[in-house]
Amino acid sequence: MKLIFEKSVKERRATKFPASDIPPALELPDNLKRREEIGLPELAEIDIIRHFTALSRNNFGVDTDFYPLGSCTMKYNPKLGEIIAKNKGFSDLHPILPQLPDGNSLTQGALEVIHRTGRLLSEITGMSEFSMQPLAGAHGELTGMMIVAAYHREKGNKKTRVIIPDSAHGTNPASSAICGYEIISIPTDRKGVMDLKEFGKELNEEVAAVMLTCPNTLGLFNSDIGKIAAMAHSADSLMYYDGANLNAILGKCRPGDIGFDILHLNLHKTFGSPHGGGGPGAGPIGVKEGLKKFLPISRVVKNSKGAYFLDYNEPASIGYIAPFYGNFGVILKTYIYILTLGKEGLIKVAENAVLNSNYLLSHLKNYYHLPYNRTCMHEFVISGKRQKKKGVRALDIAKRLLDFGFHSPTIYFPLMVEEAMMIEPTETESKETLDRFVEAMIKIAREVEENPEIVKNAPHNLSVSRLDEVKAARELKLRFPVS
Amino acid sequence: MDYIPNTDEDRVSMLATLGLSSIEELFKDIPQELKPFSFNLPAGKSELEVFRHLQALADKNNTRLISFLGAGFYDHFIPPAIESITSRSEFYTSYTPYQAEISQGLLQALYEYQTAISSLTGMEISNASLYDGGTALYEAAMMALRITKRKKLIVDQGVNPIYRKMLSSYTKNLNLGLREIPTSEGLADREKIKNTLDKDTACLILQNPNFFGGLDDFKDLFQLAHRNGSLIIISVYPLSLGIVKSPGEMEADIVVGEGQSLGLPLSFGGPYLGFMTTLKKYVRQMPGRIVGETVDKRNRRGFVLTLQTREQHIRREKATSNICSNETLCALSALIYLVLVGKEGIKELSNLCRDKAYYAIKSLSKIPGIKMRFPAPIFNEFVIELPENCDAIIKKLLKKGIVAGFPLSRYYKGMENCLLIAVTEKRTKEEIDLFARTLGDVLQ
Repeated sequence: MKLIFEKSVKERRATKFPASDIPPALELPDNLKRREEIGLPELAEIDIIRHFTALSRNNFGVDTDFYPLGSCTMKYNPKLGEIIAKNKGFSDLHPILPQLPDGNSLTQGALEVIHRTGRLLSEITGMSEFSMQPLAGAHGELTGMMIVAAYHREKGNKKTRVIIPDSAHGTNPASSAICGYEIISIPTDRKGVMDLKEFGKELNEEVAAVMLTCPNTLGLFNSDIGKIAAMAHSADSLMYYDGANLNAILGKCRPGDIGFDILHLNLHKTFGSPHGGGGPGAGPIGVKEGLKKFLPISRVVKNSKGAYFLDYNEPASIGYIAPFYGNFGVILKTYIYILTLGKEGLIKVAENAVLNSNYLLSHLKNYYHLPYNRTCMHEFVISGKRQKKKGVRALDIAKRLLDFGFHSPTIYFPLMVEEAMMIEPTETESKETLDRFVEAMIKIAREVEENPEIVKNAPHNLSVSRLDEVKAARELKLRFPVS
Repeated sequence: MDYIPNTDEDRVSMLATLGLSSIEELFKDIPQELKPFSFNLPAGKSELEVFRHLQALADKNNTRLISFLGAGFYDHFIPPAIESITSRSEFYTSYTPYQAEISQGLLQALYEYQTAISSLTGMEISNASLYDGGTALYEAAMMALRITKRKKLIVDQGVNPIYRKMLSSYTKNLNLGLREIPTSEGLADREKIKNTLDKDTACLILQNPNFFGGLDDFKDLFQLAHRNGSLIIISVYPLSLGIVKSPGEMEADIVVGEGQSLGLPLSFGGPYLGFMTTLKKYVRQMPGRIVGETVDKRNRRGFVLTLQTREQHIRREKATSNICSNETLCALSALIYLVLVGKEGIKELSNLCRDKAYYAIKSLSKIPGIKMRFPAPIFNEFVIELPENCDAIIKKLLKKGIVAGFPLSRYYKGMENCLLIAVTEKRTKEEIDLFARTLGDVLQ
């Protein structure tokens, strides 16, 4: 399809501004003026709408079909939140208003949403207090690690290391490293969880924090997690919970009760707000009582008269990490989601997510190698190593699934599983959809035996066939050559 | 209400497949002592009940004011065509387009976004978005440290104070030198910057127009920094670039900014859009997703995420950044906005904002006791000095339905009487006249 820049027709217009009702200003001084042409196209509104509508029809989302992308929790995004987020009473609200003298009363509804969502998330996770500010999961991790650093700085601890299992999401080591920490990676044991012996060997006075997700990226719950927390605390290390996989345990256990000190949640995963093609998300963080004072500036608090206001008086705080109060539009959708589902609904989320996942596993393990054969939680990892013997890679299987109208699982992750395919169905898929997916996966397994070329050359039914990623990285064409 | 399609019957049959009789058996790995100590949440509600509750909360917010508040976040008109596209759920319910063949729509849109935003800023390349203008500035600083292998950052105090505070929190644990240079007459202080630049300076960070609204031609500073082997990072207000000299024309190295003014609602602080453009030679140090053009097996044009070996999911602790989720849907809004406004429209819009701001300056300057604080040319925001403390004036105008602007004393010492005023194309002559009249009355 043509690029929008290739459709430009000189002098075509899509917007008209109000005629100026005031005299024009004097011209900009010469040295401040732009000389270079701006390479924007000239089009009518209908051209633009048709262009982007056509693009949207060439894209896959949860609303088009099943999206079993492991660790991404691609669940259905309720439409109620979408509609309410567009309410002018929220969308037109300037974030600086409550910071103005007497401005507080102008935004009570929005501040209430932020405060209430924080309280609900605290109860869901067993933490004392939330900051809704971090703008994505990885941003929450960074904020959390800054709190770790502030905690140890205050105690005069000189700790330079963070322990992270090798099954962790890539953001965990990346977030810790940009906060200045050295990463100690712990291998996964035969049961598919962090090797407790190795952990014990590496845990010492230099360890500032232990960063974990539970269930982990293999979809396995570590029954020793309480013990790990106790060990970490005895070395004055803080326990950090990566909330990416919280969907599995809603109402079944709480990170705060287990002994985690800090966590982030991915509101766009667990709490139903859409992923937006890669964002916006939101990654609020929760902490235990003793760490509250380190939370970012500002905090939304409620006074004794029931009014909400912004508290900037936090001398121990790690400071500003975002311009305002977080991705408000996403927080709003989360609030709506939690209210709609309620206690029973949230528990049902975890139960159905785990049931769906085990149902898929039980069918697929007959056709694909299962490296850790035990009950899984919300997701599981199979390996394509059986298929690799026929020259078919996990990537090929992923591409062939696209032909059947399914998104592929997360592939080649976690790293310790050869030809990994990580599958997370979520609770919002029906048995029929899961059965169709199983059928497709079985068909592909058969194709690998009988006609591997059809898999290796997939996809066949889309607007493009397999794209050349090597060429893209070598030639680096990163924009259209407009003026 | 929940969004789970399976019925009890489905669940029974699925459990039977697993040889189980209850769902609870699936949670046997969670030890008894780790069951929740409490899970005290309200019961679920119907959509209608939730809708009413949220409408009541929305009604508690006042969005009916005539606003002259900007300070980096602006009330521009948003053409309805944007929402009609971004509401298409093929876009908003998708995830990062790892599987390119099934995500060509989004990938092409992001490639178009990269084209539009790099052209607007006059730079060679762009990434596919960062969280917001502040985190983009921090990422740019980290990028400069990696490229120059130096340890010191110099920041002009004309840069948005919130962004400077963010930069300071993020770098606290990194053993860096972070020097802030006070402005002189509302613009970057050439002498002080010159005296602070040294062989350990990784970058000089500036903003145009700066927080006071002042426009500057930084070409001399850029040359100075480059001779010193330091990079230039500049944060810009994208809509000003319809008429204002682009960072590319000044020969900047890394350009960042807040994309909210490009068709995104104010939405009480987010989601917004951080953008970043730079020179091709720095691409391997750039954070965030990048979309590249390629071909398929039949040599047809297609688009993929490229240079993923910079990213956290491959490089882990050695990645250029920890970013994973970004602000793709906001980047899509910005692209549609730029395309709707178009090549000529963006110049008209920039001029309209500037004309209205100068009209406001003219009207407000007539009020006895008010003077312009700085002499520099502006785009659409400026500072006036009142004869008394701003706070009381702001309160009085709020009572009359006008948001007068931003009190600069919040971030700058000695500016207790200074008010930062923004004017967009949405403000009419009548509203500006009313503002001037009301302010005049209040000051009497």
